[in-house]
Amino acid sequence: MDIKNIIMAVVSLGGMGLIFGAVLAFASQKFAVEIDPRAIEIRNALPGANCGACGFPGCDGFANAVLAGKTSVNGCPVGGPESASKIAEIMGVAAVAGEKKTARVLCKGGDNCLSRFEYDGIEDCKAENMIGGGGSKACTYGCLGGGDCVQVCSFDAIHINEYGVAEVNPEKCTACGLCITACPKNIIELVPYNQTVFVDCINLEIGGHVKKNCSNACIACKICVKNCPEDAIHVENNVARIDYEKCTNCGICFEKCPTNAITIDKENNRIIVNE
Amino acid sequence: MEGASIFVIIVSAIFVNNFVLSRFLGICPFLGVSKQVETAFGMGMAVTFVMTLAGILTYFVHTFILIPLNLGYLELVAFILVIASLVQFVEIVLQKTSPTLYQALGVFLPLITTNCAVLGLALLNIQYEFNLLQTIAHSASAAIGFSLAIILFAGIREKLEIADVPKPFRGFPIALITASLMSIAFLGFTGLV
Repeated sequence: MDIKNIIMAVVSLGGMGLIFGAVLAFASQKFAVEIDPRAIEIRNALPGANCGACGFPGCDGFANAVLAGKTSVNGCPVGGPESASKIAEIMGVAAVAGEKKTARVLCKGGDNCLSRFEYDGIEDCKAENMIGGGGSKACTYGCLGGGDCVQVCSFDAIHINEYGVAEVNPEKCTACGLCITACPKNIIELVPYNQTVFVDCINLEIGGHVKKNCSNACIACKICVKNCPEDAIHVENNVARIDYEKCTNCGICFEKCPTNAITIDKENNRIIVNE
Repeated sequence: MEGASIFVIIVSAIFVNNFVLSRFLGICPFLGVSKQVETAFGMGMAVTFVMTLAGILTYFVHTFILIPLNLGYLELVAFILVIASLVQFVEIVLQKTSPTLYQALGVFLPLITTNCAVLGLALLNIQYEFNLLQTIAHSASAAIGFSLAIILFAGIREKLEIADVPKPFRGFPIALITASLMSIAFLGFTGLV
């Protein structure tokens, strides 16, 4: 082994490395694109999962959108209040406290809801929804239990429960909203994490007919409206809706509801705000 | 293959010796970026772009630096260096000169830095002792072969999404089985050239 060979190898490879390095350094100077330094800072404050839940292509896309003023600083549902306050600091905006949210399937149908026919196709809500005018459930707003939402969830936070209805585990849910877009029935919504009382029905049809189809449906009887001490529940379009900002989770509506459409979610042991 | 005609090289690189399906190079992006035809197309274009450039550049590095200095054994290390710098350089230049293309290639471009298909191509070009024209033809058509495979595969996987696959096979297992079936299909081209 000639020492000259070694030197040649080291020099030529090292030389190439040097030249390429110099070219790259030169190029990065010459072709430097003016990037707002805040974009990088915002990027670092984000979870970096590139999930697209904010509606922009990846975390970089979101960072640029924040800079361009196209979205608010709390637009990242996965990062939640934590990254929102960091981004707000970078942008010099007073932190809009992004309330922690969780997804909720607003349906208690499942086995309580009549079937119009036996569905025997592929296990997929979108496919079933296209058959017979909205799938086998008698209620047009009923969870089909095909598990489209379960499949899109990256956090294992949503499952089909024993009644055949999808159910969200608020502890795992990051409110990214993927299940909301995946659901062909549009019955999944973002609700405040601390909320424990829900109207688990969004059927917009008229009472009697609804009641025949599903024993847990809201029939818009307005008993909850009359009994609410905070004026936090109203019937719009034949369904009761809770105003989560006013609701104190007292549970009176739950006790008065004649059809079991209102739920108190005690299982998750979440804080019940009483003010 | 020294005197092989350009046409033979092209057909051979696209079909007979398809980089993914018969040489088994670049399997990582092939499985990773093939869930949608659109992204698969983006990846295919990025690979085509980089592979053609890398093929040409490594040819020059090999012919004018390594061979005269008698350093043929360093080709592997040298090529990694060349490819990594090239991809970086292309990314910087693209960002400045063509933001649209940069956006389109997006995250795929830096991913290709460590793609074994690019390195494999550079080494194969040397092994076959191609001249410059043959190198260009081989590089471009090998990359087109890669794009063809990944786009076809993405098309099949889009259909697989709605197929009722048995539970244990869902996801990657069925993807691998599909890939192997495609590979068998491409074996049918053996002996064409």
